[in-house]
Amino acid sequence: MEADKIIETINLTKTYGHQTAVNSLSLEVREGEVFGFLGPNGAGKTTTLLMLLGLSRPSGGYSRVCGLDPLRMAREVKRLVGYLPENVGFYSDLNAVESLEYVATLNGIERTEASKKIHDLLELIGLSQDGRKKVGAFSRGMKQRLGIAEVLIRDPKVLFLDEPTIGLDPDGALRLIDLIQSLNRDRNITVLVSSHNLYQVQKISHRVGIMIDGKMVAEGSVESLAEEKFGVGDKEYSLEEIYMKYFQEV
Amino acid sequence: MHGLYTVFSKELRDHFSSYRFVILFALIAMVSFITSYMAGVHMKGNLEALAKTRFPFLTLFSTPGAVLSMVQFVAFFGPLIGLVLGFDSINRERADGTLIKLVSQPIYRDAVINGKFLAGVATISIILVSIVLVISGFGLALVGAVPEIEEIWRLFIFLLISIFYISFWLGVAILFSISFKSIATSALASVALWIFLSFFVSLGADVVANTVAPVDKSREAEPATIMKNVRIKEMASLCSPMVLYTDAIATIVDPMRKTTRSFVLMGPMEQVLSSRFQNPLPLGQSLIVVLPYVIALIAITLICFAISYLIFMLQEIRT
Ligand SMILES: Nc1ncnc2c1ncn2[C@@H]1O[C@H](COP(=O)(O)OP(=O)(O)OP(=O)(O)O)[C@@H](O)[C@H]1O
Ligand SMILES: [Mg+2]
Repeated sequence: MEADKIIETINLTKTYGHQTAVNSLSLEVREGEVFGFLGPNGAGKTTTLLMLLGLSRPSGGYSRVCGLDPLRMAREVKRLVGYLPENVGFYSDLNAVESLEYVATLNGIERTEASKKIHDLLELIGLSQDGRKKVGAFSRGMKQRLGIAEVLIRDPKVLFLDEPTIGLDPDGALRLIDLIQSLNRDRNITVLVSSHNLYQVQKISHRVGIMIDGKMVAEGSVESLAEEKFGVGDKEYSLEEIYMKYFQEV
Repeated sequence: MHGLYTVFSKELRDHFSSYRFVILFALIAMVSFITSYMAGVHMKGNLEALAKTRFPFLTLFSTPGAVLSMVQFVAFFGPLIGLVLGFDSINRERADGTLIKLVSQPIYRDAVINGKFLAGVATISIILVSIVLVISGFGLALVGAVPEIEEIWRLFIFLLISIFYISFWLGVAILFSISFKSIATSALASVALWIFLSFFVSLGADVVANTVAPVDKSREAEPATIMKNVRIKEMASLCSPMVLYTDAIATIVDPMRKTTRSFVLMGPMEQVLSSRFQNPLPLGQSLIVVLPYVIALIAITLICFAISYLIFMLQEIRT
């Protein structure tokens, strides 16, 4: 079971002055799963992701991503992990292909290989027609999908998606969720996705973690959490009901 | 390395395709046309004086034609090039949300700041070299002055020092773009610092010197007091990069000058001597005279960049 853990943290802590953003967080994500990362605003989800990428220095605790220490081996970790930030930005004067080319060169991907990859990725995210359109003229949903393409270009083993469906229309969100699911299934990419949309999280996650005030209050599959909170019964509980129950208890 | 090179070439491409650069370049090209034309006309009108100078070509750069000579123009307004190229380099990316994306790529974080700084330096170099070429072309066409080897060396050294000088201001602008989240604030702060260091420090130096060692104009003053006054003035105005730069290039572009010091500090005999025997200072000697200023200029440029580098490397980037 040990080798299965692709992300592991023990007592990971981050304090900003007097405020504790992440409080002794112990988290475990297994290889090949979709892990739903839940929690109210300001719970510390983004901070946790930043620490796992080595972009933010933890105040204490232990963390490993693909067996590497994100602080010491930041570059190696970033080679394996694709991170889609909460509000991903683009150079608005570049078009989609140029944006992807820039990211590809930053990843050290060689030109001919990059152009083939870009072609395939645009196909995958459904933007083949808009490759030569300036990103500044993209809609929110198109940008979000382009953001996914940018992190896929390095063939990551792990994806960190921070609220990927925020601001998308129901149909767009659904398609993005399907895309994430297929990436996990077909390419065996481990996905750590934070979201406020519990229905979507329940749909794709193998396991979820609920974080409140910097602490992980629950971690496990939706069924096991339901069992823990409501006992065994024949009623199927939705993630929303479970979440609210945890939330009220804190 | 690929990270540094990629960031560098993107920044360079951005600089050259931006309206900002086009406007800046047009402005500078225009001014250098005018100053060199004026200098050329001025030289034509003083042909006999010209016959005496050993370096007619350099005079194109150091003679004030109408208002400012080329060299003075770089001293006054060169910093603006650095400021314009750098004031939003980091905080615009932060505002656009591209900085977090950049630092989450598998590159070293310093590739971002080094790439941006080097691209700015390259742009500055290209601007300065093309100005010098424009003026040189003018010199050839207008007064028929062909540069000697030594003059070319001197111009080359002048270019290097100027690049460092303007890069200092690029460093200041980048430092502010790292420390201030708002683009307007960093623009304002860098312009304010430029005005303060370039113009107010010299004024302040006068005030300080006259308070500490007052020199009464009406009466014959003590030589010691005058010396003290001038020394303080010099020390204080060295805080200004503009003064530092002017001193650093003084004997380089004007070999007739034998010192960066003001004439007040010379005795009457020395003054007579220096105006009598108009032999230019050899290049090696000119270099030795200005070396402390050149080193100081390079040092403040590097220190400024080092501070930006440290802040950027230790800063937490969330957006
Ligand atoms: N630079 C900072 N200085 C001080 N406190 C900060 C800083 N950045 C974040 N915080 C605090 O850390 C806590 C966790 O923030 P974080 O962004 O990780 O939450 P989140 O779970 O991602 O929330 P959301 O769902 O709104 O994105 C918040 O209370 C926030 O106020
Ligand atoms: Mg967040």
